[in-house]
Amino acid sequence: MTQKPYTGSHSLLQSLEHEGVETMFGVPGGAILPAYDPLLDSSIRHVLARHEQGAGHMAEGYAMATGRVGVAMATSGPGATNLITPLQNAKMDSTPLVAITGQVGTSAIGSDAFQEAYTTGLAMHCTKHSYLVTDADEIPATIHEAFHIASTGRPGPVLVDIPKDVLNQHTQWSTPTLAGLPGYKPPVSQGHPRQIKAAIEMIEAAERPVLYVGGGVIHAKASAELARFAEAANVPVVTTLMARGAFPDDHPLSLGMSGMHGTYTATTAIQRSDVLIALGSRFDDRVTGDVAAFAPNAKVIHVDVDPAEIGKVRVPDVPIVGDAGLVLQALLERLATTRDGRPAPEREAWLGQLGVWKAEKPLRYDQPDDGPIKTQFFIERLHAVTGGDAIVVSGVGQHQMWASQFWGFSRPGTWINSGGLGTMGFSVPAAVGAKAAKPDELVIALDGDGCFQMTFQELITAATEDIPVKVVVFNNGGYGMVKQWQNLFYGGRLSAVELGTTVPNYPQLAEALGCVGLRVDHPGEVDAAIDKMLAVDDRPVVLEVVTDLDEMCFPMVPAGGSNDTIVMGPEDL
Amino acid sequence: MSQHTLSVIVEDKPGVLARVSAMFSNRAFNIHSLAVGPTHVPGRSHITVVVDAPELEQLKKQLHKLVNVIKVTELDSTEALESEVMIARIACDPVNRGEVGDTAGLFGAKMIDLAPNSITFEIAGTPEHLASFLDHMKPYGIVDLVKSGRVAMKKISDVARMAVGQT
Repeated sequence: MTQKPYTGSHSLLQSLEHEGVETMFGVPGGAILPAYDPLLDSSIRHVLARHEQGAGHMAEGYAMATGRVGVAMATSGPGATNLITPLQNAKMDSTPLVAITGQVGTSAIGSDAFQEAYTTGLAMHCTKHSYLVTDADEIPATIHEAFHIASTGRPGPVLVDIPKDVLNQHTQWSTPTLAGLPGYKPPVSQGHPRQIKAAIEMIEAAERPVLYVGGGVIHAKASAELARFAEAANVPVVTTLMARGAFPDDHPLSLGMSGMHGTYTATTAIQRSDVLIALGSRFDDRVTGDVAAFAPNAKVIHVDVDPAEIGKVRVPDVPIVGDAGLVLQALLERLATTRDGRPAPEREAWLGQLGVWKAEKPLRYDQPDDGPIKTQFFIERLHAVTGGDAIVVSGVGQHQMWASQFWGFSRPGTWINSGGLGTMGFSVPAAVGAKAAKPDELVIALDGDGCFQMTFQELITAATEDIPVKVVVFNNGGYGMVKQWQNLFYGGRLSAVELGTTVPNYPQLAEALGCVGLRVDHPGEVDAAIDKMLAVDDRPVVLEVVTDLDEMCFPMVPAGGSNDTIVMGPEDL
Repeated sequence: MSQHTLSVIVEDKPGVLARVSAMFSNRAFNIHSLAVGPTHVPGRSHITVVVDAPELEQLKKQLHKLVNVIKVTELDSTEALESEVMIARIACDPVNRGEVGDTAGLFGAKMIDLAPNSITFEIAGTPEHLASFLDHMKPYGIVDLVKSGRVAMKKISDVARMAVGQT
């Protein structure tokens, strides 16, 4: 038997191994076929997803659980277009991702060939960068650049499109360099010393400062520095949806999440602040509400690794371009110099006021003893039973907001969700990806029935690939958040939001997919159901939680409204 | 909305112009004119883009974020050398042909095509020069017109530096 020639496909797999890839997620097909042959001989684990969107979200879940680059692979045409949603999702949430797609043969490009799509053109709008490889000799350098771009500066998705003939081309592997990137210089700085000094002087003189912390702190793995700085400067901390877990919720300086469904204290603290320190956050409209009315009296210090975020929405008084972790270290050093042994400002009035708001306007819900189950109650019970020691992966909607509000986060990397794009269906595949990355951790998807119905086929992946995730489906019989808006803003005229509570039969569906299926519909049985779910270790579990059909998510700032107009509950309407 | 000229050095790779123009449309920036061509350095192209925008900071930063973009320079009109080529077909008849030709000649325009009812001129110069030429041609009737898009480069002469108050 003659030895197989070394081709672009071999080079691709060797390049991925060279980047340290251990697990990737994908679906094969015609154009990518050559790459699946050397995969059989590779050390890389390939998780066979049931849909390319699932593969993409799995790679995101993997990346968010580990901080490493997630890898998804798909074929040309529909395989590539199915990856578009995960790519845009990763772009919005700055998740490091490399997507490999097959392409029709070089000579067929542009001819409307079978399963052809202009993939790099499509990806242009939803990636940090994209490549079309036209020579197999360029594969090692291209893959190396792709991983470098995906994981440095502000992380993001990179797509590498490889025509089938290039995958089949005879080539040889060569150790790659970054010589081909003259225009890519992500800032690695700790901020300009003059700006650091100005920031510290501003913070020290502040009466009502707030740290407004975003996902950048998670990406920078800077939670420890954040805690040290918040304590040293004695400044309370608001965490955005993407930063949940970056600062422990049970810390006395923690105010929780702010914005549209944030806590009264977090949202109002920002509104009343005199100095707002934005750290790896981007003044998203879900955080600011009406921008003109956002933190109207605050001087703003904005720290971000992406210069384009600074001044995009709110012009800061002190702009600092740099890595959140390095900047926090520089701020700590400068703080020590400026203090010169003097104690931290006590800020008694400000911290006292925040304490009063926390006590007077807490998150709340009513759980009637005889049901129906409130999602908030279930989440609190799940946290209590597990001790909060789990990676929680949510979908998008009411359950996502409640999970963020009621799961007390204690460490980074334990909250995985689709923040910027708001991709329904994210939860199940992202949980599969997270569990594949962290098999020894408890990974729980907290999903809504609407989201679940978009991507539940990836439970087949979980069952067949031995990835035992737990999936909680909060069944309120519809698209709860859309229904809430129709109730609040469309006079209760419900249009296309009711899915019904009986079809599908979730436990039966789960069993059919190779999972254990459970259901709970009474608050008194919640703990027992959680115990049952946690007891299953050898298969994925789906626990259907039949919840209140009409519960609304509060607090709420109506879209585009001022953050001074927080609706605390139905009584405020 | 004011006009700004940007000089952008990019890698000469397939799709780079598409990436630049895609960013403009993505971010809702309005391109007034765009000209692209190779530089004297192999592998480098130069894009001159004129945009209508209230401010340029965000646009410059977004351009910098494109991996293939190497350098972005904003060119203030007082310190830029700007030029554009235009081909303009002007209506005329045998009676006023001489007058049209004389006037165009004053602007340094070159006749490149002659027909019984029109003369076609090629003219290069600053945007102001071309605008002035067109003002003088309008009374005769402009039949057709095409512009190359503006190209620009930073001035470095003493005259230029004195003009912007530097020493």
